[in-house]
Amino acid sequence: MKAAPFEYHVPRELHRALDLMAQLEDARVLAGGQSLMPMLNLRLASPRHLVDLNRIAELSGIREEGDAVVFGAMTRQRAIEFSEVVARKLPLFAEAVRSVGHRQTRNRGTIGGSLCHLDPAAELPAACMAMDAILRVQSTRASREIAMRDFPAGFMTPSLQPGEILTGIVLPPWTGRVGTAFLEYARRHGDFAVVSVAVLLELDARAQISRASVTLGGVAAGPVRMAEAERALIGKRLDEAAIAAAARLCGQIEAMGDPFVPAWYRQQLARTLSERALRIALERAVA
Amino acid sequence: MSEFHDIAVKINGRSYERRVAVRMNLADFLRHELGLTGTHVGCEHGACGACTVLVDGRSARSCLMLAAQADGCELETVEGLAGETDLNPLQQAFWDRHGLQCGFCTPGILMTLTELLRDTPNADEAAIRAALSGHLCRCTGYQNIVAAALAVAGKT
Amino acid sequence: MSAQRIIGARARRVEDPALLRGEGVYVDDIACPGVLHAAFARSPHAHARITRFPVEELKAMPGVVAVLTAAELASEMTSVLMPPQFPSSSLPPGAGSYVLAPKEVCYVGEPVLMVVAESRALAEDAVAAAEVDYEPLAAVVDAAAAGAPDGPKVREGIASNLLTRFKVGYGAVSEAFASAPHVYRERYWQHRGVAHPIEGRGVLARPEPGSRKLTVWSSTQMSNLLHSMLVDVLGADEDDIRVIAPAVGGGFGCKYLVYPEELAVAAAARKLGRPVKWVEDRCEHFMAAIHERDQYWDVEIAVDANAKVLALRGSLIHDQGAYTPQGFHASYNSASSITGPYVVPAYEIDVQVMQTNKTPVQPVRGAGYPQAAFVMERLIDRVARELELDRAEVRSRNLITPDRMPYPKKLKNRSGAELVIDGGDYPKCQALGLERIGYAGFLARQKAARAEGRYLGIGFAHAVKPTGRGPYEMARVRVSTSGRVTVYAGAMEMGQGIKTSLAQVCAEQLAVPLERIEVTAGDSAYIPAGFGGFGSRQAIFCASAVHLAALAVRNKAIRAAATLLEAAESDLELKDGRVVVKGVPGHGISLGDISRKLRGAPGYALPGGVTPILEADASFQLDLQAFANAFHACEVEVDPGTGHVSLLRYVAVQDSGRLINPLIAEGQVHGGVVHGIGNALFEWMRYDEQGQPITTTFADYLLPTATEVPNIEVLFVETPSTTNPLGVKGLGEAATIAVAPAVIAAVENALEPFGVHINEAPLTPVRVLELIRNSNPERKLP
Repeated sequence: MKAAPFEYHVPRELHRALDLMAQLEDARVLAGGQSLMPMLNLRLASPRHLVDLNRIAELSGIREEGDAVVFGAMTRQRAIEFSEVVARKLPLFAEAVRSVGHRQTRNRGTIGGSLCHLDPAAELPAACMAMDAILRVQSTRASREIAMRDFPAGFMTPSLQPGEILTGIVLPPWTGRVGTAFLEYARRHGDFAVVSVAVLLELDARAQISRASVTLGGVAAGPVRMAEAERALIGKRLDEAAIAAAARLCGQIEAMGDPFVPAWYRQQLARTLSERALRIALERAVA
Repeated sequence: MSEFHDIAVKINGRSYERRVAVRMNLADFLRHELGLTGTHVGCEHGACGACTVLVDGRSARSCLMLAAQADGCELETVEGLAGETDLNPLQQAFWDRHGLQCGFCTPGILMTLTELLRDTPNADEAAIRAALSGHLCRCTGYQNIVAAALAVAGKT
Repeated sequence: MSAQRIIGARARRVEDPALLRGEGVYVDDIACPGVLHAAFARSPHAHARITRFPVEELKAMPGVVAVLTAAELASEMTSVLMPPQFPSSSLPPGAGSYVLAPKEVCYVGEPVLMVVAESRALAEDAVAAAEVDYEPLAAVVDAAAAGAPDGPKVREGIASNLLTRFKVGYGAVSEAFASAPHVYRERYWQHRGVAHPIEGRGVLARPEPGSRKLTVWSSTQMSNLLHSMLVDVLGADEDDIRVIAPAVGGGFGCKYLVYPEELAVAAAARKLGRPVKWVEDRCEHFMAAIHERDQYWDVEIAVDANAKVLALRGSLIHDQGAYTPQGFHASYNSASSITGPYVVPAYEIDVQVMQTNKTPVQPVRGAGYPQAAFVMERLIDRVARELELDRAEVRSRNLITPDRMPYPKKLKNRSGAELVIDGGDYPKCQALGLERIGYAGFLARQKAARAEGRYLGIGFAHAVKPTGRGPYEMARVRVSTSGRVTVYAGAMEMGQGIKTSLAQVCAEQLAVPLERIEVTAGDSAYIPAGFGGFGSRQAIFCASAVHLAALAVRNKAIRAAATLLEAAESDLELKDGRVVVKGVPGHGISLGDISRKLRGAPGYALPGGVTPILEADASFQLDLQAFANAFHACEVEVDPGTGHVSLLRYVAVQDSGRLINPLIAEGQVHGGVVHGIGNALFEWMRYDEQGQPITTTFADYLLPTATEVPNIEVLFVETPSTTNPLGVKGLGEAATIAVAPAVIAAVENALEPFGVHINEAPLTPVRVLELIRNSNPERKLP
């Protein structure tokens, strides 16, 4: 199928894009296009205006700001995949991005596009949730920051106001004796995950868990931090019993069901994958 | 800002300037405006990979790009691979190893493997299969495509 | 390589250089100035009455040239009802669809209205704006429930959804069951898949200026049958219509049908006097290209104390979908093939072909045989389990042995001819396959893996496929004065390398290199009749016809050369494109020169008294089929934490008779196996309870990709067929049939500790875990 007609705008500066988003009725931002373009081609989306961000140089790139790593929203997934900074400071991200789509889609797809599309099973939102990312958002009126925790506003709906554009993603790395793991189950290599799990563990000098982050993707409208499981891990030496207990808590999540995947299966995957991911993260932390 | 957009692109080393309908995707532009029909369209939703071309050296699904977005880009398509008389080594390996049957998915696959083997000239089977996972082929079971790529990578 | 031994050579394909350069011309690649583009409004309902067509308002939309319904097309057509495509006297009226539905729609995706516009995008704009009014009706979705007398009906005015009911069988079934020591009953289910060539369907129709002539290019597996149907439906003369199949991007059965869109586009081109093109998009392919495989089986097997099969009986409900454009041969194939490679002394099946409000069902690669093989092989595994015997041993005890060949199956094919297996060595295929996969050492591997908490399984299955349906194919071979050879055939090249194979068969007789042979296939201007590519028939029919034509050209060349060289015919041979005197290679004449001599000179006799020009026509006729067979074995690992099935190894032993080109043959097996893997584990065309398809993109309907499939180890056994001069058997489908039963058996074997039994395909990870949960409460997952 061919896209319905629309008007196309290709600003070169962010302020021009913000002006357009403020002025135009029924406008959508075009980022990497790996989700929006299929929807346009299938006529599942037919906005009157497309504002293409691909020419705005200031929106892409990976920078270090103090301890934090900052991604421009238009940074391609490929750039993240092959970034030395990401490999060094955000190993969880480096692992997660390799499961995003295929080589051909990562070459075009952007981190900001993935976050704003907010597919429940998408990998990068789960990784951002796991790392307590801060999202930088701008409109012609103001700039603000949104905690990733507050970003999902509903099924495939980010908490962006009309006229707002996601411009950057700030990721505070975990340092010290840290192990991370990103695992997912997808039917085929490169498919959206049925369920994914992102785990970060920090060990103290006595090899007890001093900090833990456990996030499930694919189970609910947005990625979910498993606070109970995290609490259960703190202060523990991570042995098989502790892993099993935390995984059991993950398996108890109130998961969504659909005609393809019933809720109980997502719960089972949550349990299986979190158990495996915790084990891998621990191995990496002690390595 | 209107229904049309002026673009200048370089494709397989040749420059083109055209006025394109903004809703036209890059695959349709290549095929129907420029007559470069070697790039095929199999699904129009970014899943089959038949329309894969290289944009500034990087593989991309041309059904998921607007022609307007290619303005200023250097594109490579299947038509640019062979010499006047000879197939290039990847094409030759496909011929020698029976890496194609109906040939419809082949141009896109050749473009992905062109990128992969430029980046990783000695790619192993896992890397080749991972790159190929962005393509659907109904005829070959992928096996001889993998074999052809491995041959070029010097692995057989 | 010596041209004399070109049959059997691993020759590179003649099709490939153009395809690799991006120079293959598929239907959407044909340059056609002034072409108009068609798009179809399709039913969004599984079943509804149409109450209004929005023709007038759409005509005013930008770029719209015509808005056509069945009523508007009627002036161009002898009938707006699709004619039945195979003779079948038992099809009730209304079993076929209309070209465009005039008042009732019976599946989601049924075309109701056609927009012709200046571009495809503009045509789609009008289709998107088309507000066809519908009054929804109750839909029939599940074939197993479709027989309820008070339930909804597929079409208004029919008394029953049952299209036809028939029995197939032989022998004293009841007696065998009454006295059998063991009887086991199972229910099986296989769901529908979609063919999904990566090129969908497409058709371009171009009226030739100043005449009533029409040239039609279609991505089809049956150009001659499309030609004859267009002649009938358009009320045209045979010479007024030319059908050309350009490069075809795969078929897999779905293009072996004349579709409503092909007739509508041709009629529209005639009506408008302008070329019209329609290229199917993927969403249309999901909804409106035929599907296959839904069947419910309820069967019993009777065996003696030694696991020898005594009898088989049961019932089959075949989901035919909303219409029956060709016939119910997929269900007949299933019913007549279930006994496969086994001796089954008595058999009876009761078949109900049930209509539902879903996309029509016609054969997809395998054509009813995969389902039947699934049932039989799963039953044999059940017998082994019950009698605590090795699965291979139970098979060995029941296989038809080579000494019993040719083996009459005591069944008839759908045209009434006796089914007689012409040959094959099933025990040998099984032994080879088991040896290659390392069956003898598997138990140890499995045990060691289980100790590590890994679940390995092994499974295997036989397949037998009667290949090649008649009645005939035609071919012409011509040598030009340059020495170049042209082969014309009714064959359809759609990826299987048939042009290369035909060139090899021709080269074998004429001793010319492959690059000097050009094959023209799928053009009604050259070969007036034939049946195209289906049922794994082209190597048998088209290659045999080419063989006979090439042989006639060879004989003619020798006879002429004998006069020209003043030598005895028996002293001549063909070598490197020349007829030469044996042992005196310098003394000879090229085929090109013979061709020139046979064009003749005014007033002079032709040499050797032969007929004009170096050309021959031949046809090959046959009503028997050549029985190909396969034995597949695979090893899997199942993850009980996710339900994931990993295919670790896959061995395919194939006997397709004498191979024309083993390189091509291997490729056919790879693709056939992966299609079967799709059917076993991934592909599932699903509908909701209202008959809405819910897997209409490649994100929801999963085809296997390169990361999901193993390398397939292919071994060939070559038992020459006795049915044709080349000794060949069909191949394209024979590799698909054994896959699902082999893979499912392997999964079941892996999950033996959980006591899981599997009677269905496709098998999703969700279903794997569900089966584990349901199978044995004590051994449920932790």
